[in-house]
Amino acid sequence: MRTRLQKWSLLLGAAAVLALPPASCAQLTQYDLESRIGMESHIGSITGHAKDAKTAYRRYCTGCHGDLGDGNGENFPWVDPKPRDFQLGIFKCRSTPTGTLPTDQDLFDTIARGLDRSNMPQWSTFTKEERADLVAWVKHFSPRWVNEKPGTPIEIPPEPEITPERIKAGRDVYARVQCWKCHGVLGQANGPSAATLTDDLSRPIAAYNFTEGSRPKCGDTDRDIYRVFMTGLDGTPMPSFADNIKPDEAWDLVFYLRTLMSQPSKAKTMAKQLGLKPVDPNAPAGQQ
Amino acid sequence: MRKESSFAAVLSAVVLVCSGALILNQKVSAAGEGKISGTVRLDGPAPHMKGIEMSKDPYCAKAHANEPAHLEQVVVGSNGGLQNVVLYITEGLPASALAEAPKEVLVFDQKNCMYTPHVLAMDAGQTFKVTSSDQTTHNIHPLPNPMTGNIPWNQSQPPGAAPIEKSWKAPEVIPVKCNIHPWMNGWHVVVKGPYAVTDGSGNYSINNVPPGNYAVTAWQELYGTQTQKVTVAAGKAGTADFTFKAK
Ligand code: HEC
Ligand code: HEC
Repeated sequence: MRTRLQKWSLLLGAAAVLALPPASCAQLTQYDLESRIGMESHIGSITGHAKDAKTAYRRYCTGCHGDLGDGNGENFPWVDPKPRDFQLGIFKCRSTPTGTLPTDQDLFDTIARGLDRSNMPQWSTFTKEERADLVAWVKHFSPRWVNEKPGTPIEIPPEPEITPERIKAGRDVYARVQCWKCHGVLGQANGPSAATLTDDLSRPIAAYNFTEGSRPKCGDTDRDIYRVFMTGLDGTPMPSFADNIKPDEAWDLVFYLRTLMSQPSKAKTMAKQLGLKPVDPNAPAGQQ
Repeated sequence: MRKESSFAAVLSAVVLVCSGALILNQKVSAAGEGKISGTVRLDGPAPHMKGIEMSKDPYCAKAHANEPAHLEQVVVGSNGGLQNVVLYITEGLPASALAEAPKEVLVFDQKNCMYTPHVLAMDAGQTFKVTSSDQTTHNIHPLPNPMTGNIPWNQSQPPGAAPIEKSWKAPEVIPVKCNIHPWMNGWHVVVKGPYAVTDGSGNYSINNVPPGNYAVTAWQELYGTQTQKVTVAAGKAGTADFTFKAK
């Protein structure tokens, strides 16, 4: 927390010397949730209304995310990773490019799925309408939803047939763009940069360990995994590779990642038959 | 702790946004071209800048095999001149001088696993290009406070990757980091209006400043800000020298 405070007091220092704000700006200091209570969400043909989620949020979500959505609920001290601060409007699981807002559908899916490797539970008992209302409620905490539109979801081509060649090609992508710097050559989250990783609020964070059997938090289908490295997990060190991995190569990489995971899969069997070796971190860039 | 920090965040966002609005409200003064120049110095012995250990990435370590890299929070020239100080105008600019961001595209390069320049100043809305000269993967991860309107993003740049073109919306001091190389740390200092950054001798010159009375502010990443009044007359440049006390 201290680093966050320091960072922002530095900002404050830089800003403080500027002239005093005109009176018309004073109201900005008031955190005005009421003005956004009309927030909606649109999930297919369902429209969610923030105001209808108030009771459910107070009952099920406040304990972690806090009444003001700042992630400062009473469970804050005991939860790691920390509950999300919805006022910042930064989300990990998105179908949209890094630096953009997620779609309503993304948040809708997240609430039902929960977030593995965190205390964020699965919420499968709500009706679709209730969940859509909760999405609108989550959105009403951040002014970003008033000032910006969600990003355009990335395009994911249909999944090709898995082949040994594709798995090998996927390994070459893992080597070339250096996923192993964080995730390690065997996917054990022990790459040379793993120990020093911190999230955007300067809190230590671990890279995903592919070998442990835990599910990826943004979903476990091949398309979900494709999406993770093509959009990045905003608020964390996990970057977007959208500019550097072509769609076809991205599928190769998904197949290779499956070989690292402990769950049995076609990819794993093929890799075994191939005698596929892990990437060599000491080879010159581009030839690992 | 948490309450305080989010308060500071909101407040700084408000001050930034509102002072921008204030500047825009100023009346247009006499047209003309002038400049404000001067020197920024450090008073006292420069603090020791620690060497950077890069052995975690052999590519980076090799690039500095002959001369180890050092932290760059305080960079002082032989004459006591302070490098990487951003100078910008905080009062007195006519709206005409703020209308449009400069067309010049700035470059923020990743070279030998360091940011070049360490401090990149820019006008809100001005385009900058992030490039990589390195044969190792970087991820470029600016960390603005989203409350200002500047939104954080995080993109990888493997060897040979194309430049990334971006701009920032609002005035803010934005830390930039690479999670893969935790020692890499730079700054995007986003201001409204003309600006300059001091060179290796601590000299600077803010160009395109019409005659008028101004407040000029100097920002240094460790020492914070100082402000001075300065007058630019027709055909006569304004001068403002600054001194930061070594800490
Ligand atoms: C027991 C604590 C807990 C409760 C209760 C809880 N959450 Fe969460 N929630 C978390 C944590 C922790 C995270 C952050 C997880 C992470 O960053 O990996 C999170 C993250 C989220 C996110 C962000 C997802 C993303 O993509 O970044 C959303 C949306 C969310 N929660 C909605 C809800 C809603 C709606 C409820 C109530 C129905 C709720 N949460 C109840 C702990 C909780
Ligand atoms: C700078 C370090 C870094 C690099 C480089 C990196 N990752 Fe990650 N990755 C992370 C971190 C940290 C997380 C965990 C984030 C979290 O738990 O919130 C993660 C999580 C993941 C996940 C799990 C997502 C989920 O839903 O839980 C996958 C899959 C993944 N990364 C794939 C990749 C691939 C593929 C590459 C290379 C193309 C890559 N990563 C490069 C740091 C990195």
